[in-house]
Amino acid sequence: MCLGIPGRIVAIEDPEIGLATADVGGVRRKVSIQLLQEEPGGGPGIDDWVLIHVGFALAQIDEQEAAETFRRLEAIGDPYREELDELASSDIE
Amino acid sequence: MRFVDEYRSPDIARGLAAEIAELAGDGHHKIMEICGGHTHAIYRHGIPDYLPDNVELVHGPGCPVCVVPAGRIDDAIAIAFEPGVILTTFGDLMRVPGGQGSFLDANSRGADIRMVYSPLDALKVARRNPDRRVVFAAIGFETTAPATAATVLRAAAEGIDNFSVLSNHVLVGPAIQAILDAPGQDLDGFLGPGHVSTVIGASAYEFVARDHGKPLVVSGFEPLDVLQAIAWLLRQRQEGRAEVTNQYTRVVPWEGNRAALRAIDATMEPRATFEWRGLGEIPWSALALREEYAAFDAERHFTLPGRRVADHRACQCAEVLTGRLKPWQCAVFGTVCTPENPIGTCMVSSEGACAAYYHYGRLQLGRDAHAAPVPSP
Ligand code: SF4
Repeated sequence: MCLGIPGRIVAIEDPEIGLATADVGGVRRKVSIQLLQEEPGGGPGIDDWVLIHVGFALAQIDEQEAAETFRRLEAIGDPYREELDELASSDIE
Repeated sequence: MRFVDEYRSPDIARGLAAEIAELAGDGHHKIMEICGGHTHAIYRHGIPDYLPDNVELVHGPGCPVCVVPAGRIDDAIAIAFEPGVILTTFGDLMRVPGGQGSFLDANSRGADIRMVYSPLDALKVARRNPDRRVVFAAIGFETTAPATAATVLRAAAEGIDNFSVLSNHVLVGPAIQAILDAPGQDLDGFLGPGHVSTVIGASAYEFVARDHGKPLVVSGFEPLDVLQAIAWLLRQRQEGRAEVTNQYTRVVPWEGNRAALRAIDATMEPRATFEWRGLGEIPWSALALREEYAAFDAERHFTLPGRRVADHRACQCAEVLTGRLKPWQCAVFGTVCTPENPIGTCMVSSEGACAAYYHYGRLQLGRDAHAAPVPSP
């Protein structure tokens, strides 16, 4: 829950409510990008990386940071896998 | 400090270690980290091995699951046993012991408590089950509060009337304030939390330097981030400065995330007081739903027992959460209290200091002469 997980935006589903699809370590899930849409640049677009907390992208990051974060999360082991399992079960709309 | 190779570079780590040793001089420096992610990084990478003996790291109350009082777990379980209720919550909360057992125990007695990844998943459960009352037991610092807030706004916009939130959201600033105000407090500086700061911004900690004269450096999670942040703290001390600086600029903005802060502010307000496990009542330290969103406030829909449950007699989470005791110094650490059978919440959550030390502590054993033997997990 406290783990921010990097995801790459692969589709904007509904710009109105800020719903997008992100690829998170090979799993594709819907996430909300609404909290980033006001940031300079209008928020993330296709292929941009974001840090996701409980279904919401809270920060835009670069690819380097995303790779670092993945490596660190994998090293954490079980809690990270549990978080990924929970994410895989998520189906927001 | 920007590239993967550099982060992994032992030379840079050694260089920082030498810099830290020099900056530390002869004084003693007690530095608190307030973020579970940092606790994890520090143990996992054996950061203390890079530090001279006079630079001491202690853990603060950075894990929201660790500080939720047992009575609040009981309150949530009482709601779960009301007719027609589906209680939803994050997986982290399922095993946290209340006064009468955990959510998992309640499920085995017939409650319907479901794990969700996102509050938006909880909202979906409500949409799919119009004849049930769906309650989301919310928890977390400002990292997860925006998600709860945005979900409440969404529920209001859609007019969903069978969804409510039991808010256990807590605030980082007042927790730091409480630690600084505690009698006998002898901290010299803080490693500022990482991800929560993407929401509140590094500027949120300015009171630490301004009102208390302590430096705070917001730090990333890589071992070299942490070492660099420690070096920055020590440099400030050497030069007699106390400022808030941001080592983690690649993720954390100075002012925070405006949309997230506005969503929180629109739907929630600080409670006059809230109990933290281990720390007791802390004024203005948690968020409740605003009157305007009363329709989505589980505390107004249900009567909560609201009983205060004393912590387990043997548990010294209070001392651990305030940096007065190292996890392994607790009498039941690793024997009676283990991640499989936690007595205190610092052992339940993987981000709790006791659990982190249980998993990684042996790496550090050679160094801490005063450490109790750590049984193998
Ligand atoms: S070892 Fe267990 S009982 Fe002791 S302080 Fe940690 S969580 Fe509490």
